[in-house]
Amino acid sequence: MKTIYMDNNATTRVDPKVVEAMLPFFSDFYGNPSSVHTFGGNVAKSVNAARAQVAALINASPEEIVFTSCGTESDSTAIRAAIASYPDRKHIVTTRVEHPAVKNLCEHLAKNGYRVSFVPVDHEGVLDLDYLYAHLSDDTAIVSVMWANNETGVIFPIDEIAQAVNVRGIPFHTDAVQAVGKIPVDVKRTGVDMLSMSGHKIHAPKGVGALYIRKGTRFAPFMIGGHQEHGRRGGTENVASIVGLGKASELAAEHFVEQMPRIAKIRDRLEKELLTRIPKAMVNGTTHQRLPNTTSISFEYVEGESILLMMDTLGICASSGSACTSGSLEPSHVLRAMGVPFTAAHGSIRFSLSVFNSEDEVDYIVSNLPPLIANLRKMSPFWNQSEQDT
Amino acid sequence: MWEYTDKVRDHFLNPRNVGVVEDADGIGEVGSLSCGDALKLTFKVGKDDTIADAKFQTFGCASAIASSSALTEMIKGLPLQEAAQITNDDIAEYLGGLPKEKMHCSVMGRDALEKAIAYYRGEADKQVEGEIVCECFGVTDVDIKRAVTENHLKTVGDVTGYVKAGGGCEKCHERIGEIIAEVTGTPVTVKSHPKRLTNIQKIKLIEDTLEREIRPALRQDGGDIELVDVDGNTVIVKLQGTCSTCSASQVTLKNYVEAKIKELVTPELVVAEVDQ
Repeated sequence: MKTIYMDNNATTRVDPKVVEAMLPFFSDFYGNPSSVHTFGGNVAKSVNAARAQVAALINASPEEIVFTSCGTESDSTAIRAAIASYPDRKHIVTTRVEHPAVKNLCEHLAKNGYRVSFVPVDHEGVLDLDYLYAHLSDDTAIVSVMWANNETGVIFPIDEIAQAVNVRGIPFHTDAVQAVGKIPVDVKRTGVDMLSMSGHKIHAPKGVGALYIRKGTRFAPFMIGGHQEHGRRGGTENVASIVGLGKASELAAEHFVEQMPRIAKIRDRLEKELLTRIPKAMVNGTTHQRLPNTTSISFEYVEGESILLMMDTLGICASSGSACTSGSLEPSHVLRAMGVPFTAAHGSIRFSLSVFNSEDEVDYIVSNLPPLIANLRKMSPFWNQSEQDT
Repeated sequence: MWEYTDKVRDHFLNPRNVGVVEDADGIGEVGSLSCGDALKLTFKVGKDDTIADAKFQTFGCASAIASSSALTEMIKGLPLQEAAQITNDDIAEYLGGLPKEKMHCSVMGRDALEKAIAYYRGEADKQVEGEIVCECFGVTDVDIKRAVTENHLKTVGDVTGYVKAGGGCEKCHERIGEIIAEVTGTPVTVKSHPKRLTNIQKIKLIEDTLEREIRPALRQDGGDIELVDVDGNTVIVKLQGTCSTCSASQVTLKNYVEAKIKELVTPELVVAEVDQ
């Protein structure tokens, strides 16, 4: 059975060209970049070449890029650096819909002496900017707002927020893990002080990420150790993966103009066909400011895990905004922050596409998903009831 | 990804006895849309007080569907007396086991069966036995004791996996720990979640929660809500629009409004309707 992979916001296939670029760094060029000998020194050059490739993708200077082990480490480093740099400030502003990498860290800090303001979103997942601005104060150590939401794909107005936050002299961090490589990200134009990105969301391997730190931003390392990354992140570099992230960044920049509109077109067709063919289905989140590859669709009166496992038998990989575990009263924090009604929230499915998806795969899904949903609805005690209501 | 047995997968992908038995003698409904799973069990009693036919309708995850399907297979042809003896463990065993976090699916099956049998025997809906421990899911100490005893549970997490208690606001974790200790004789350590709010913070948070979370949901059904007062830990509200005349408004008030406020403000709060 063919696998149709539409779960690219979870992770992506490593591009074969990325694998090719990485391979020599396991058995041939295995030197330590910190070594004095030429053998190691050449590896350091490759790490710096990768740094330049990553910097180019987001229009940063190479020395503003620090390699990390993942998006979560980048987020933790940024937020902890800010609060360590401003020890007198005890307030953090973030949003209700952040990835757990930021959300859970902020909740942890809230239990350890920090006040945290979680900015709400409306029913379309759009951020309440007035709330955000009203909660900035001289006590605010950092504002951390994701560039685009992983579940709905909704893009936040980072340019505008960064500017407003900068004026107040507050450091601004953005978790751009889902945005980089999918929409234009230009740190020179946007006044972000720190930006997190992750390798495995852009066809590089898992276990590598990067943090952009604007020149002049106050910083304190999270990983304390050797002098690697100019003392900003101790630990011997994950060379092969860093080279992979460099190559993936280069490919993303190259493919951007031609691939993203193609992906958006496929996504739009998938979405439109599913909404036409399946009654009582709706898109979660605004479609006006949204990543080109993501759609979150709720199918009322059925439960997400059931849909996923049924799709699994057809080889279709997607994910659900609702994880039915014991006693999980409600679906994902994102959908519940948006106030998606219960009838719909439990049956939300996220499709997230990549350059490797095709029109044929959309055809396969749109012909197979409607009967599958109908089947599950036949089983649901609420479905007949809702039919009678209408 | 959940580790399901082949039998669970089979009953999920090829569910047996889906539907509603016509002129059912026994009807048992448990769960709700907001809980994330619900089951409606119907059966017909034949001669010798034996279950002649049984069908189910389930909204929920794979193990909820599989547990329901298994239950109908188990009870078909069984004397009512024997069916009444089926425990949640029997259902799980029939399926070759369920992940611990999914055991509540088998409990849901047993509860629906109990209700359906009570319906057939003309017993009024059983009054809630014991003291409600988990207010989010309406689970009593009797339910918890039974789950702990029957399944040899040791931690609060175990209890949540079996009967959902403690899965919401977590306020009852301490009490669940005490119950486990009572049954097993071994003390249980429970993390407490202290959270002190000033009155002003509390009121502001309540207003915020009403405005951002609750109103939009109620308005979709043509209802609305107004905050009248906050007296200690009692939030006094007035339901408006269609909510004010809706027969299910008390359910909305407790299961939705109060649950939301407990979750987002502080678990000590109770919501009451203003005296008309």
